Amino acid sequence: MHKDLNNHPSRRTFVKDTSLIAGGIMAMPMLSKANFFSGADDVIKVAVIGCGGRGTGAAMQAISSKQNVKIVAMADAFKDNVDNCHKALTKEINEGIGDISKRLDVPEERRFTGFDAYQKAIALADVVILATPPGFRPIHFEEAIKQGKHVFMEKPVATDPAGVQKVLAIAAIAKQKKLNVVVGLQRHYQNSYRELFKRKDMIGEITSAQAWWNNDGVWTRPRKAGQTEMEYQMRNWYYFNWLCGDHINEQHIHNLDVINWFKEGYPVKAQGFGGRQVRNSKEHGEIFDHHFVEYHYADGSILNSQCRHIPGTMSKVDELLVGTKGKIHCGQAKIVDHGGKVLFQFAKKGEPDPYQNEHDELFAAIAKGQYKYADAENGAKSTMTSIMGRMATYSGQMIEWDKAINSGIDIHPKVYDFNAAPPVVPNADGFYPIAVPGVTKYF
Amino acid sequence: MKSIFISFLLLLIFCSNNAQNNTSAFTTYQQKIDGSTLSFKMIPIQAGKFIMGSKVTEKNRKADEGPQKEIQIPAFWMGAYEVTRDELDVFLKDESTSQNITMDAITRPSAQYVDLSWGMGKEGGYPANSMSQRTAIMYCRWLYEKTKIFYRLPTEAEWEYACRAGTQTAYYFGNDPALLGKHAWYAKNSEDKFHKVGLKLPNPWGLYDMLGNLMEWTLNHYMPNAYLNYKSIDSVPVANPKKYPKSVRGGGFSETAIELRSANRLHSDPVWNKRDPQIPKSKWWLTEAKNIGIRLVRPLVQPTEQEINEFFQTYLFIE
Repeated sequence: MHKDLNNHPSRRTFVKDTSLIAGGIMAMPMLSKANFFSGADDVIKVAVIGCGGRGTGAAMQAISSKQNVKIVAMADAFKDNVDNCHKALTKEINEGIGDISKRLDVPEERRFTGFDAYQKAIALADVVILATPPGFRPIHFEEAIKQGKHVFMEKPVATDPAGVQKVLAIAAIAKQKKLNVVVGLQRHYQNSYRELFKRKDMIGEITSAQAWWNNDGVWTRPRKAGQTEMEYQMRNWYYFNWLCGDHINEQHIHNLDVINWFKEGYPVKAQGFGGRQVRNSKEHGEIFDHHFVEYHYADGSILNSQCRHIPGTMSKVDELLVGTKGKIHCGQAKIVDHGGKVLFQFAKKGEPDPYQNEHDELFAAIAKGQYKYADAENGAKSTMTSIMGRMATYSGQMIEWDKAINSGIDIHPKVYDFNAAPPVVPNADGFYPIAVPGVTKYF
Repeated sequence: MKSIFISFLLLLIFCSNNAQNNTSAFTTYQQKIDGSTLSFKMIPIQAGKFIMGSKVTEKNRKADEGPQKEIQIPAFWMGAYEVTRDELDVFLKDESTSQNITMDAITRPSAQYVDLSWGMGKEGGYPANSMSQRTAIMYCRWLYEKTKIFYRLPTEAEWEYACRAGTQTAYYFGNDPALLGKHAWYAKNSEDKFHKVGLKLPNPWGLYDMLGNLMEWTLNHYMPNAYLNYKSIDSVPVANPKKYPKSVRGGGFSETAIELRSANRLHSDPVWNKRDPQIPKSKWWLTEAKNIGIRLVRPLVQPTEQEINEFFQTYLFIE
C-alpha cells in the first residue's frame, strides 16, 4: 500500500531540477524561503498542528508522498494527542515504509502542547498540516502564512463569518507570498470528480442540484472528573459551534463545495429548517442533528441540501447536478441524458486515493519549487456556504450571503485558556442553549 | 411429587444444555439471535476427506491452488447463507455492549463513517459487507456470549470442502462457466452490486451464494504456498499476528468467472482500507472492500471454554 520511498530523487537530481527553475525564481521577488529545498539538504520539514486521528492520517500521507518529507514538530492542545500521534506514526512507518529516522524526528522538545503550541511548531517547519478542530483554523492559518510556510489545512476552514473573513484576507497574502495552500476538500483531488467536471457541459446549463450527507453521525467524548468546561468542550469538540460549526459545516461542506465547484460560484441566499430530534442529550452540546437547506445561486438555480446524523435512517452521501441536457451523478461518477442514456461513465475501480493524492500533488509542487495551489479562498467560501446554511436553519429566516459574510459574527472565546469560560456554558441541569427557529435572530 | 418435578426440571436443563453442547442431533437447525426475532439456518456438513486445490490441468488455474492435498475435515455446521446485515445489526445496535476497546470485553464496532453498503441494500436480507476480519470474529464472540455456542469463520479447507460438496470440477455444478448465472451473482450479472442472500440455486449440500455475491472471510493467513505445509487433518490455524493478508474465498459480485472457481483464492490487502483518512485506521470497517462478507461455521465438537476464550483472544487482537 505504501509508496516506495526509496524513490526519492537523489540530491544531485534535485539540485539539477531546482537550477532549472532558478530563472523563474528570480522573477518572483515575493517568493518565500520556504520554496527552497536545495543546498545542504533537500528534506521538506513538516509540522503537524492538531494531532488527532485526521492530523495523524494527514501526516502519514505527507510522508507517504514521493518527496523527501520528514515530520519534525507536533502541536496539540493536549499532550496525550501528541504522544498518541507519535506512537501511531511510528507503528505505521515501521510496518509500511521503514526507515523511521528519515521520516519522523520529533523528540520531546519538539512536541508542543497548549493553546499556543502551534506558533512554536510552525516555526520549525517548511510545510504545516493544520488539522485541529476547525474553529482554530483561521488563527493557525494566519500564523503559518505570517511565518512564510506552505500549508495543508483540513476543511472546514472556520466556524463563523469572522473566521471566514480572516481566512480570505490571509489567502490573499498567501498568494502574494506564493505559498502553496491545499485544503482537504479532497473531491478536488479525486479523479472521478475531476473527469466529471471536465465534461460538465454535457448536461448544458446547471439548473438545480442536490447534496446529501445523511448517516449515523460521529463519536461523543464523556465529561471526566476534574475537567474545566473549556477542556471538556475541547475534548468533545464536535458538539460546540465555536469549535466545529455544526455537522452541516464539518461534514456536509464536502457536498456543498462540489455544487459550488460545478456551478463556478457561491449561493447568494439560503433558507431552510433543522433541529435536534434524536441527538439531544447533554453530551450533544448545542448542534442540530438534521438540516435541510434551499440555497439560491445568482442565476436562480437551486441547491437542495440535506444533512442528517441520525442512526437507523437512510444513509446517503452524494451530489447530483441537473442541467438542461442531463444529470451528473457524482457518487456513481456518471453523466446521463434526460432519457437515462449514459453519456459518460468514469471507471472508478483502481482510482487513486484522493486523500493521498492531495499530498502527492502538494509536496511534488513544493519539492520542485513550484507555486501551484491556492485553495484557501474557495475553502473559505465553501465554509461560508455551510455557515450560511446553519444560520438559515437556526433562525428559520432567509439569510443573504453578503449580509452574513460581512456580519462580523464571531462566536469564539475572548481568551483561549483552560480556565477561561467558553462562549457557551451549560445550565444548572448540564444542558446547553440551543438555537430556536423563529426566536434565534442574526439580523 | 415436588422432587419428581425438580428432577424433571433438571432433566430439561440437562437436555437443553446438552443441545447446546453438540450432543444434539447433527441436523439442520435455526439459530435464534437474542434481542431480535431473527434466526439463521445452519446446515450439517458431515466429516470427510477431500482433495483441496485444483488439478494442474484445470483451466485458468493459479499456482497458489496447489499442490493438491487430501485433507480430512472434522464435521461442522455451516451457515446456509451469508450473514445478513439485519443479523449483524442486532450486534451493532446492542447498546448493552460497549464500544470501548479493552482486551477482555466484547467490543461493539464503531459506527460507519460513511454508508459502507454504498446504497446496495441493508434491511430485508441483504448480506452484511465491508467489515474487517476483526468485526466478523467479534460478531462470533458476541454470538458465543448470547448463545454459548461457538460460531467462528471457516478455515480455508472447511470452506472449500463445503463449497465443492464432493465435486472436483472447477465449479460445484461442473466446468461450464455459462451455467454460473443460475448459481451466483458475479461480474457478469450483478450490475456491480450485491443482492439479497439465497436468490440463486444452492450447492449440492444446500449452501447458497458460496460462489459470488460476497467473498467470505476465512481464518487462514494467506500464503501462496500454504498447501505445501497442510496437515492431513484440518484444524483451526494458529492466529498469525499480521493483519494482512488473510484468505477470502468464493469471489464476490465484482469478480469474474475465473475468480469464482471453487479452488480460487483471494486475499485481503491494506488497500482495502486506504481511503480511511484517519490514523489509526478503523479496526472495524473497510473503505474499499464492498464485496467482502461473512459465513459462519460451528464445529460439531465444541472446544472447551478455555480454548474458545484463547481463540478469541488471539484472533481478535491482531494489529
